[in-house]
Parts: sequence; C-alpha cells; structure tokens
Amino acid sequence: MEIRKHDVLVLGTGLAGLRAAVEVLKVSKDKLSVGIVSKVHLMRSHSVAPEGGAAAVLSENDSFDQHAYDTVKGSDFLADQDVVETYVRLFPKEILQLEHWGRPWSRNDDGSVAMRLFGAHDVPRTVFAEDRTGFFLMRTLYDTLLKFENFERYDEYLALSIIIDDREFRGLLTLEKSSGNYVLFESKALVIATGGLGRLWEFTTNAHTTTGDGFAIALRAGIPLKDMEFVQWLPTCMVPHGIPATEALRGHGAVLLNSKGERFMKHYAPSKMELAARDIVSRAMITEIREGRGFKGPEDMECVMLDARPVGEDKLMTIYKTFVENARDFIGIDPLEELVPVRPAAHFAMGGIDVDINLTTIIPGIYAAGEVACPGFDGANRLGSNSLPLCLATGRIAGQNAAVYAMRKNATSSSRVFQNAEREMEKFERLTQIKGSRNPYELKKELSHIMESYVGLFRDEAGLLKALERIRQLKISYLTDLSIDDSSKVFNTELTNAIEFGFMLDVAEVITLSALKREESRGAHYRTDFPKRDDEKWLKHSVVRITDAGLAVSYRPVKITKWKPEERRY
Amino acid sequence: MKWEITLRVFRFDPERERKPKFAEYEVPVDEYTRVLEALLWVKENIDPSLNLRYSCRMAMCGSCGMLINNKPRLACKTIIKTLKTDVVEVKPLPKFKVIRDLVVEMDDFFDKHRSVKPYLIRRNVQEQENPTGFYFQTSEEVRRYIQFAYCIMCGLCSSSCPIFRSGGRYLGPQALAQAFRYLADSRDEGFDVREKILNSDKGVWRCHFAGECSEACPKGVEPAEAIQRLRRKLL
Ligand SMILES: Cc1cc2nc3c(=O)[nH]c(=O)nc-3n(C[C@H](O)[C@H](O)[C@H](O)COP(=O)(O)OP(=O)(O)OC[C@H]3O[C@@H](n4cnc5c(N)ncnc54)[C@H](O)[C@@H]3O)c2cc1C
Ligand code: SF4
Ligand code: FES
Repeated sequence: MEIRKHDVLVLGTGLAGLRAAVEVLKVSKDKLSVGIVSKVHLMRSHSVAPEGGAAAVLSENDSFDQHAYDTVKGSDFLADQDVVETYVRLFPKEILQLEHWGRPWSRNDDGSVAMRLFGAHDVPRTVFAEDRTGFFLMRTLYDTLLKFENFERYDEYLALSIIIDDREFRGLLTLEKSSGNYVLFESKALVIATGGLGRLWEFTTNAHTTTGDGFAIALRAGIPLKDMEFVQWLPTCMVPHGIPATEALRGHGAVLLNSKGERFMKHYAPSKMELAARDIVSRAMITEIREGRGFKGPEDMECVMLDARPVGEDKLMTIYKTFVENARDFIGIDPLEELVPVRPAAHFAMGGIDVDINLTTIIPGIYAAGEVACPGFDGANRLGSNSLPLCLATGRIAGQNAAVYAMRKNATSSSRVFQNAEREMEKFERLTQIKGSRNPYELKKELSHIMESYVGLFRDEAGLLKALERIRQLKISYLTDLSIDDSSKVFNTELTNAIEFGFMLDVAEVITLSALKREESRGAHYRTDFPKRDDEKWLKHSVVRITDAGLAVSYRPVKITKWKPEERRY
Repeated sequence: MKWEITLRVFRFDPERERKPKFAEYEVPVDEYTRVLEALLWVKENIDPSLNLRYSCRMAMCGSCGMLINNKPRLACKTIIKTLKTDVVEVKPLPKFKVIRDLVVEMDDFFDKHRSVKPYLIRRNVQEQENPTGFYFQTSEEVRRYIQFAYCIMCGLCSSSCPIFRSGGRYLGPQALAQAFRYLADSRDEGFDVREKILNSDKGVWRCHFAGECSEACPKGVEPAEAIQRLRRKLL
C-alpha cells in the first residue's frame, strides 16, 4: 500500500468538489497542499450534465425571502429554514464569482445577465448559458483550478474507506484504477463531494458513475445519513435513455400531452400546470400512464409526450440547442416537428450525509458538500435550478471550513492509521476471492429492478417490506456468491464496478428502510397507504446510522423560522 | 426492429500480453442502440474483462472517445444504425498510449491544455477574487467565444490531427482552441502571458490546416477555425 500526504483532501470533482478545492487554495493563498481524488478524470464528473440553470436572487423584483419561501414550500416544509435563509444569500455571490472566473452567462441586450422562469419558482431567477449551464460551470471551475499550484490531482482513483482514529479524520483509502494499487491518503481534513445515487434505479438521468459511493463510505465510517427516503424523479426524460428534456422548456411554453391529446396537468395543478413542483408533475405522468392514457415509446417503454413546438424555432435553435441535438442524435426525433416521448426518471437525492449549517459531520475534520451532503436545504423535494448554486455554495463553505481546520491542526501520525487501512483493504481484496457464481452486473440488474418496482414514485408498506428483504438477500449473495472473472490489476473495471455495487446495496437498504418507516406522504416520498402529509407525527428529519445491531433510525425536529407549514398548492 | 451486428474490439492488457489482438462479439441491437450500449452489453453479458471509459452517456463528459470504423467518435453519440454496416470495429484513440483495451493515457493531453493558461486572466486580481459587480459583456461578445467554450476535452480532435499524431511537442488543436476561447473573451486580459507559448515551436505555426480536427469534433468547436483566428491575432 502506498501512502500520500496532503493537508486537505477533496473527494469528488463535480461542482461541489472543484469549488471546495479552489476555495482551499484561495483562502490559504496556495499554502495548504490539496489532494484531489476522483474516480473519473476530474472534468468528467456528472455536473457537466445540467441544462436548465442556476437560481439566484439577482433582480430588483425578487428577494431572498421570496427565494427562501419558494424553496421551503417546494420542500413540503421539511427544509431547515435557517439553512435555506443562509444559503440563498450566498447564491448570487457564487454566480458573480463564477462570472469573474470566466463563466459565460446568457446576457440581455444591455449586457445584464438574463434570467428565466423555472418550475415552482415564483419569479424568473434562473440564470443560464444556452442549455449547458452545468457544463460551463464545471469547465470554469476546472480551468480556474489550473491557476493554482499547490494541488495534486488523482484522476481515476476509487475511494473505498475513510480511516478514523481517536474519533478524528485521519485518512482515505483508495484504489488507483490504472495500476490496481491501493493508495492511502493521510490528511487533516476531508471534503466529501461524491454526488448522487441515481443509478440505483433502472431509468435515471444520472451518469453510469453516479452510484452513491460517498453515502455508503460515510455510513460505514459511522457518519449518519439524513432524509434518505427523499429521492426526486425528474418529470420529462427522454425514452429510452433517460436524458432530460430540460424543465426550462416548460417555462417557455412546452406542454405535456396524454394519448387523448389532452394537457392533463390541468387535472393535477390547475394554476401552475406543467410548472408545478417536480414530484407533482412526475406522479401525474405516471398516473396517466397507469390509467391507460400513455403511449408506447421507443423500446416499448411507456411514456407521455412533450410538445416543445410552442417554444418556437428561434429559442429551440439557440438556448435549447442541446435539447434539440439530444433528441435528434440520441432518439432520432426532431422536436421542431414531432412530439418527444418522455417519462419521469430517478434524478436527485435530497437526503445525504448528515451535516450542520457549516457542512461539518459528527467526525472532526470531515465535511460534505454538493448532492451527497444534506444540510437540510432541499427537504422533501428540491426545486429545479437550486442544486447547482447549492453545490457551489456548499463547496465554498466546506472548503473554507476544511482549510481553517487544517491550518489550525498539527499533522500527526500513528501506526494505527496504517493498520486500520490495511484491515479495510483486506475487506475489498476479499471480493476477488469469493469466486462464486454471480457477476456484479447480474446482481446490479436485480437491485435496480427492485428499486424501480418497490421504491419508486409510488410506495407502500407491502412493497417496501419486500424490497428490504430482497436487498438483504442480495447483500448475502454479494458477500458469498460474487464472481469477478477479470484477474488483471490494470484498469479492472469489473472489480471497481463490483465495489460500487457494494456501496449501492448499503445505500438502497437505508433508503428503503427510511421510506418504510415514514408513514406519510411528503414531497417526493409518496405512500399510497398514507397519502396525506402528517405534520403532527412526521414534521421531522430521519437520521440513519450503523450500529452493531444493524441500521438504526432516529428523528430530529425541523428548524422553522418564518414560515409555518401550510398545504402545498400549485 | 432488432438485428445482430459483429462488434470487433481491440483488446490489450500490457501487463499480461505482448501485443494487442481483436475480439469479435455478436451483439443484438435496435435502432436506438449506440456503440456504448453495445460495448456495455458485451461487458455485462459476455466478457466482463472488456474495459472502456464512459460516464454521462449523453456526449457531455468526454470519456468515451474511440476510433469507430476508423473514425474518431464518441461511443455514446454513435447510433449503430447510422454506421450502416454489420461489422463495427472499435479501437482506442490513436497517438495516446494504451492503458488497457480502449482506455488510453491522457495526462500529456491535459498538461498541454494547462500550458496555455486556460482561465480568465485579469490585471485587477483583487476585484476578480472579491467581485463587486458583473463584468460588462454583451450577448454579441458572448457569441464571439461561446462556441469555443463547448470543448468537452474528449481528445478526438488532437488524436485526428496528423501533426499532433506525429508526436513531439505540438500543443494540438484542443489546447490551441482553448487558448483562443479565452483570448476571444472580452473580459480576458491575458494576451501578453499567452503570446509566447502560442508563438513558440509548439504553437499555432505548426498547424498545416489539415482540418481533420474540426471534422472530428463532436461538439462543433471548430478548432481549425480557432487556430486560424489565433494566427491573425498573433500577426
Ligand atoms: C441530467 C441532469 C440534469 C440536471 N440539471 C440540473 C439543473 O438544471 N439545475 C440544477 O440546479 N441541478 C441540476 N441537476 C442536479 C445537479 O447536476 C447535481 O445535483 C450536481 O451536479 C451534483 O454535483 P456534485 O458536485 O455534488 O456531484 P457530481 O458532479 O456528480 O460529482 C461527483 C464526483 O464524485 C466522484 N466520486 C464519486 N464516488 C467516488 C469514489 N468512490 N471515489 C472517487 N471519486 C468518487 C466522481 O468521480 C465525481 O467527480 C441535474 C442533474 C442531472 C443528472
Ligand atoms: S475541441 Fe472538440 S474534439 Fe477537441 S477535445 Fe474539445 S470537444 Fe473534443
Ligand atoms: S459517456 Fe460521456 S461523452 Fe460519452
């Protein structure tokens, strides 16, 4: 096992991780040495995908209170209101900072930054650049990182385990893909920014690499996960690949149609129609399909249709160019002429690593940012275009706090750290020696089928119980009957996929258990057997941790500052 | 509609094999199957030791560049039906060193990109790092560079460039196009610091305008045009 040392480690290089890395280098004036670890090449993280945009209060007729209220209402009142109020104030600062680092924003004729309307926001406050908003943010941050000197990049290192000693963060065990060697990083602070978990499901907007690793790595290290039952489905994703048709289209006039040619949203959200909160639109679409008013789309997948023609050719060919290209390139459909087959896809984790408003976990030295972190901002449902600015803002704050922590702390060394790491390494080595009968892809298929069938948009007790039992059986198969054929050390993705699958199993269990316990419907979590929100019993966060007896769920009250829970109506 | 194709794939594990070989797989496809899905089908159903890079599967992350029927393309953007052949041959991007199968070493490519200082340079660093208000930029000014900002760093352009492929120090179309992306940005003030490297023997004057780069680019960046405009700026 090789050892590398840095002052601060950043795990993950999506928006949150890159933003954190840049912040550590910036506040320490390039003094702290930063190790940047990612299982893909740094710039290839899934934050390149977002088309829609980033929400921030930047205009005269908008206010922080309005943005906070829209967010809290969208969250179905599960958001911690102090967190929301604090972070929405940082969003415009981040937009401005990124602009100063070179990021293009679409501008109005007078040179001011252009804004558009997005689902469940009350005023237009989404800034964008054509429809490659995430991509340009990613490239700007990656480019900006290259200005600094005091960092080392570790492209294509898969993180495996966090090493803790004396109740403090001490190191991170990784597997270098190109050599197959285990590498232990020792450092004073760690920012976890490993992104989401969409690949737990069959139909998802997420990249193949979005496998929820960070949630599992934290959980195994004893850090609790919060609000994990809340997973968002994005309404309009193109069949059969799950590539989104951005929500912004609907802000510019695109409509949803069932097989009767009817704008069915009028039955579900008469005032906001297609721009109601995501969970409402997604459930409406699936209800239409289930009640026989859907279409058979590509590869026989059931869907409804998005009519983007009302948006007009001018806009489609400029600010929605990526959408038009995607529809033409990937499914051979021309949205200027034809209807686009869409259905909801698993998209975003509202829950995550339990952090406070400062992004600190219960382990000194460990911070989390971005989609994997749950400071309590998104509650039970995230608003469109809130994630990008939140990734930036949490990246910045986690970076700052990690830097301050690392500057104060003396480097210590202990042989126990190495021994712990060796013990962890053996656990992963063992996977190659089981020599059972089932390859990781087969097992993975089974898991995502379970999640799709029982832990989807509509849930009930019977289904969740069945899912939990089958996930636990799969865990046993994984540890006793796994087969990994490829015995090469070099870039062995069968092994790394098998390790990722192990992470997915842990995360699936937490989600299913949290969903089973929460006997109400709130935001993205919908129980057909408990279809109403129940503030009396359930206005609280679920917190799951590992104990010797398995997973334990506890609850914590929601912070309410200004806005009393009320019915969410759009 | 479903049919079968033969996928001929370059295989090489330098740790254990002396030279590369090709393996052939029969793969079921339909009108939506892309080369990426065909390769993953093989990995998941026939031979899990087949290795490639992939992530976003929507032509945004730049992971899956490879030679498909001898043309540099993204596997996730290449629908098999459009290739109009029953045999699809897949090889790693040329010029890059093979790590394993379709996975190539890209460090040098990333270093070359970094060497052109691909970030916004401002003389007033105080304002840049502690912003007080947006820099002024019109939509017309955005239009002058935005096409060049689409680069996903897939490497298709550089690996298709005959000069870059012949080895040596030439920065290649990707890096040069990114230098232009910042020089064409009305907010940038870094001409002086980039001029030397662009004018050097690694820089723009090595380009022979073969034009292969622009043809290969899956995002419409047009690196050849960027190089031409860079030359005009440097003259
Ligand atoms: C298609 C799509 C469209 C979207 N559109 C919008 C939008 O318009 N507006 C909006 O606000 N939000 C949008 N979102 C949500 C938003 O993109 C994500 O929440 C955000 O990009 C997450 O960023 P991140 O930095 O947390 O993680 P990511 O960008 O996913 O990065 C995760 C990083 O962690 C690394 N990593 C993970 N596990 C490991 C491991 N075990 N070892 C080493 N490294 C690891 C990965 O390599 C990667 O570098 C969209 C999401 C998708 C999928
Ligand atoms: S310029 Fe085009 S081909 Fe070259 S790396 Fe960028 S996106 Fe790829
Ligand atoms: S997988 Fe991302 S570009 Fe092909």
